[in-house]
Amino acid sequence: MSEQIFQVEDNLCSPENLVYKRPGALLDVDFHYCPGCGHSTTHKLLMEVVEEMGIESDIIGVAPVGCSVFAYHYLNVDVQQAAHGRACAVATGIKRVMPEKLVFTYQGDGDLAAIGVAETIHAANRGENIMVIFINNGIYGMTSGQMAPTTLPGMVSTTSPFGRDVKTQGYPLVIAEVLKLLPGAAYITRQAVNTAAHVRRTKKAIKTAIEYQQKGLGFCMVEVVSNCPSNWKMTPVESNNFVEEQMIPYYPLGDIKVPEVK
Amino acid sequence: MGEKKLMKGNEALAEAMIRAGCDAYFGYPITPQSEVLEYLAREATRRTGMVILQAESELAAINMIYGAAGCGKRVMTTSSSPGISLMQECLSYIASAQLPCVLANVNRGGPGLGTIQPSQGDYFQAVKGGGHGDYHLFVLAPNSVQEMVDFVKLGFEIAEKYRTPVMLLADGAIGQMMEKVELFPQMERVKTAPDWATTGRKHGVDRTYITSLFIQPEKMEMINMGLQAKYKTMQEKEVRVQTLNCDDAEYLFTGYGLGARICMKAMELGRLKGYKIGLVRPITLFPFPIKTYSDLAPKLTGILDVEMNAGQMVEDVKLAVEGKTRVEFYGRMGGIIPTPEEILEHFEKIYIDGGRK
Repeated sequence: MSEQIFQVEDNLCSPENLVYKRPGALLDVDFHYCPGCGHSTTHKLLMEVVEEMGIESDIIGVAPVGCSVFAYHYLNVDVQQAAHGRACAVATGIKRVMPEKLVFTYQGDGDLAAIGVAETIHAANRGENIMVIFINNGIYGMTSGQMAPTTLPGMVSTTSPFGRDVKTQGYPLVIAEVLKLLPGAAYITRQAVNTAAHVRRTKKAIKTAIEYQQKGLGFCMVEVVSNCPSNWKMTPVESNNFVEEQMIPYYPLGDIKVPEVK
Repeated sequence: MGEKKLMKGNEALAEAMIRAGCDAYFGYPITPQSEVLEYLAREATRRTGMVILQAESELAAINMIYGAAGCGKRVMTTSSSPGISLMQECLSYIASAQLPCVLANVNRGGPGLGTIQPSQGDYFQAVKGGGHGDYHLFVLAPNSVQEMVDFVKLGFEIAEKYRTPVMLLADGAIGQMMEKVELFPQMERVKTAPDWATTGRKHGVDRTYITSLFIQPEKMEMINMGLQAKYKTMQEKEVRVQTLNCDDAEYLFTGYGLGARICMKAMELGRLKGYKIGLVRPITLFPFPIKTYSDLAPKLTGILDVEMNAGQMVEDVKLAVEGKTRVEFYGRMGGIIPTPEEILEHFEKIYIDGGRK
């Protein structure tokens, strides 16, 4: 009996049965991300798309300051690490001098929606032909759990220890809905990575954004509603449930703006 | 011989950028240097295909420089004092990531929003680092419209040779005044990129990345040691200084940029009165011409350092002479330009009349 099970497993691991693998565009390095964190999933999706589209040599990324500051340790594409909040400006500099390349930024909510809001809005308004991946988990992960611009009302963080009071600490910033208003923004979508179905849609959105950039349609942003088990003080499963029950109602998923001409 | 023209300092600076084969300029308007962006917007793209972009802030502009420089492109920005302050964070990143670029500070009076009149109040910021961490900009101090042109070309040579940010520290007067300039011929824009640049992953090798983040202290110390070694080489090989009438000098006037140019006239007036005054003008403020001062110091009665600030370069002069001669300072602040006569008067009060009493 035990021999038979071994036989089955052996067959399953053969190349022709392979249905899931680490994308080759991802370096063979262990992520530093906490178990269950959406960054790992999103990194993998991004590199799956890059590999499937065969654009490893055509794409240049910009890493932010935040948990994904070390993105260039994992993504096997050329990357520049930017100052906090300035990724869209750095990406503008790259794209303007290398318009033939595809350019993306990968930013968290503190980087993009707090300190980098001016660079983000102006890059979108200029219709910079770049893709922004925006990880929204409502917390500052790298600095261990301070309030983010996207922290939900009443949500506890180390700097909103009694829950975010919107009267004194402002409202969660819905940056995607703000960017929608700008003519330079071509494609604004909000996705998530808390369920298998959401993961698949996020991957499709990333691919769509890159295709729009190839067509030169303008600024594209894929917001990914994500989690932070460590700083939310939850298990990975609890954090994914929190995304579904609390985050997504505030940050509804789906395409917020699509180009008129595809 | 190159083409000769009568040009405003800021426009000459912009013209030099185009001719130096600059690939991109990212900037934000600020008095007294807004003519740079205006001139480039009119001239650059149609002539060489150079990318010109008015950024939403100096913060954004310098980060666009970071991105484009990281692609191995020849890039430049300009601003004036408050705008340069905003750029300091990214300049620290650029120095650490070792990206070549050139920027110009058309210095105006401060602190704060200050005045739009010329000043040399940003010497410390330019020469001592300016942003966080142990780094230096390579600092060139033009004293004429001609040097606004020449130092753009030289700046790119230094920036690319040492992979370092270079600053032209000018002032509002040099930016605004018109002089005859000889322009160098149009240079080709460089098509190839260096190996360290992020231009898309090369076939068969892993990615290239640009960063200033080295989380292990041992690695960060090594990066620092590399930077310091580079600064030491610059100190040995790249010092530029102008000396005048130093052979028989008993006294020295010293200053940089416009301050030094006014000192030249003051020196001439002093020589007419029989005072043996020489002049030392550091052209590179970092690396500073330490040896020039220390060699001259023992035979001097004294030095008068003249600046359009409260006394900043004078600290470096004092360090260079190591107490071997007397060092005095005269300066005007807030956008006031000293006259040669008042400099000479001050010199006489300290060294001549004072000496007799």
